[in-house]
Amino acid sequence: MMDRVKAEKQKIFRSNMITFGIVIIAYIVVELMMQTGNISSLFKGLLVPLCTYSILAVSLNLVVGISGELSLGHAGFMCIGAFSSATWSMLMKSSGMPEGMRFFIAIVIGAVTAAFFGFLIGIPVLRLKGDYLAIVTLAFGEIIKNLVNALYFGVDANGPHFSLEDSMHLNMDGGTIIIKGAQGITGTPKNSNFTIGIILLLIVLFVVLNLINSRTGRAVMAIRDNRIAAESVGLNATKFKLLAFTISAAIAGIGGALYAHNLSSLQALPKNFGYNQSIMILVFVVMGGIGNIRGSVIAAVVLTLLPELLRGLSDYRMLIYAVVLIFMMLCTSAPSWIQYRDRIMMSFKLKSTDGKENK
Amino acid sequence: MKKILSVVLAGAMAASLASCGSSGSKPAATAAAGDTASSDGAAADAGSASGDLTWKIGAQGPLTGGAAVYGTAVINGAKIAIDEINEAGGINGYKVEYQTADDEHDQEKAINAYNSLKDWGMQILIGPTTSAPTIAVASEAVNDNMFLLTPSGSAVDCTATANAYRVCFSDPAQGAKSAQYIGEHKLATKVAILYDSSDVYSSGIYEAFVAEAANQGIEIVDTEQFTADSKTDFSTQLQKMQASGAELAFLPFYYTEAALVLTQANTMGFEPVFFGVDGMDGILDVENFDKSLAEGLMLLTPFAADADDEATVNFVTKYKEAFGDTPIQFAADAYDAAYIIKAAVEAANLTPDKSVDEIGTALEEQMKTVSYDGITGSGMTWNENGDVDKEPKAVVIKDGAYVSAE
Repeated sequence: MMDRVKAEKQKIFRSNMITFGIVIIAYIVVELMMQTGNISSLFKGLLVPLCTYSILAVSLNLVVGISGELSLGHAGFMCIGAFSSATWSMLMKSSGMPEGMRFFIAIVIGAVTAAFFGFLIGIPVLRLKGDYLAIVTLAFGEIIKNLVNALYFGVDANGPHFSLEDSMHLNMDGGTIIIKGAQGITGTPKNSNFTIGIILLLIVLFVVLNLINSRTGRAVMAIRDNRIAAESVGLNATKFKLLAFTISAAIAGIGGALYAHNLSSLQALPKNFGYNQSIMILVFVVMGGIGNIRGSVIAAVVLTLLPELLRGLSDYRMLIYAVVLIFMMLCTSAPSWIQYRDRIMMSFKLKSTDGKENK
Repeated sequence: MKKILSVVLAGAMAASLASCGSSGSKPAATAAAGDTASSDGAAADAGSASGDLTWKIGAQGPLTGGAAVYGTAVINGAKIAIDEINEAGGINGYKVEYQTADDEHDQEKAINAYNSLKDWGMQILIGPTTSAPTIAVASEAVNDNMFLLTPSGSAVDCTATANAYRVCFSDPAQGAKSAQYIGEHKLATKVAILYDSSDVYSSGIYEAFVAEAANQGIEIVDTEQFTADSKTDFSTQLQKMQASGAELAFLPFYYTEAALVLTQANTMGFEPVFFGVDGMDGILDVENFDKSLAEGLMLLTPFAADADDEATVNFVTKYKEAFGDTPIQFAADAYDAAYIIKAAVEAANLTPDKSVDEIGTALEEQMKTVSYDGITGSGMTWNENGDVDKEPKAVVIKDGAYVSAE
């Protein structure tokens, strides 16, 4: 019995090491390419977004895969992380605080704010059974986007001013307006870079993978698999679900902070913080395998790169992207396709064993 | 097996990326087939003798998604100008190659689009089309000192960096000019405003209009908003505006929504003077829109497709021939942008063998002294901030056509 537990632990450890290994090797390869100048500007510009989306995919996989709830508002948490961290950076821009320190605090603020909202939403919703989380987060994502679009925030000598009307209603006495409603935040310092992105991704992976294989993680998964059985042995379903959801929101906030500090203008457009973005993150998770953390990182990378690599095809690229997406989905999920795939694999295996026997 | 597959896939990705980056010939080749038939003669020249120097001018804007109309217009407008320039012998004797990229009206994608054009070898950028991407790209391009002239990025911050200039008015300039026009011509004293609070362009103009209205003795009796998510039913807002007793309704947003607003106002019997801005241009081409509803609509625009001066007629005919559409203001801005670049490059006496940085530095200097007569205004000059100085034309719609309001 002890041996089996040990073997299982070793297997998990090996699997985790492979995940970290892939990320680290990818980092080294890209860094080498950058040092030798063998890298296109397009790819260079994509490095931070790749990290951002990988982090978001991991974050959502924690909710969808591990805790078994559906969240359709992860772009909302990303939005909160992005705006709260960018606001901090703008406030501190001229304070003379060292850049590294300021960015570190910005990331923490992004994570904490997003976690707070995740917690708030989780309290009522995660007590319920069923698809309520999906419905509430869907609304939440849209509300946040619209709220940010209407929010005006400025600071002057008298302290902070808020308005949901327009910048005239701030009644500012000099000072600077930081969030200008639909115009968002402009001039965010560009602190994100590939190294920081990779470090954040590694930290996120470390936290999530360890959580999954901890006592808490097993409890969360037990609740996912059979809530009644789990509750009967004394697990507090709401508490564990809330924990997983809050951590997931915090990670999405980190992704948002990374996103915000990679671009100098931050606006809540439907494209970046809307419903479509939430679905896009969900696609990464589904494509990479629900509950499969490594898979969701790979899917996020592939699906973010794909439309950019197809740029040469101009008008057809979105069409081809969609076709590839459907094809990949069928390949990984449709039972008949999986059967067909297995049969091909089988025939390969048979052939190779045949060959050995003939020799 | 899955693992192996993913490794192979990742490998293939990396390989194709590397090839994309180093050669840059692939996009150029596909472009020659489709997009860049622009340089008909020139493409052949450039293709046969690849040693020949050419200018590489890029353009970017949303070609897919909700804002695709504007990006397509910009890219088509610039293409017509570049075709003409190539026919006339190019810029300083060098032909122009033209490449476009889709930015999907998203900041992140806009950076990708910019980088892909950079990989192609772009020296000067016409674009991006929309404000948010322009701000993002300008702050990225300033690191390369790439000169960019946005035809239609109207938010103030679009030209915050030294390398960025624009052809259109900035949002505040539009709002202030509209208020001045209404005040000076005594069109109304009671004004109601409807604007899109989720849109940068619309809220930017709105704020400037309100600020200037006070100086012009205009009383704003009602302010109504809508957002991108609720832009089909305006009846509540219109009712309030009607109840406020406004003599003039200021509509600083795009023509697609304006067509709905006018239709709904008509069914309600709300008939003030409707006053729009340059985004209103194009309203006469909206499908299934009863043109008679736009009767009496005033708008402040630098470009009117129905103007009868030679340059505009030439542009509009060519555009219709090539793309089967009446060009909107975005196309005209882009058309002018290409010629402004030509004028500035010639004045600075540049050649394509210069680096992006050298071209950028020279053009930034030159733009401050250049003066240009185009189809979106005559005697255009630029100030230190990269903002254009030109007079807007006020037009009023009469019998389904633009007529100058003076």
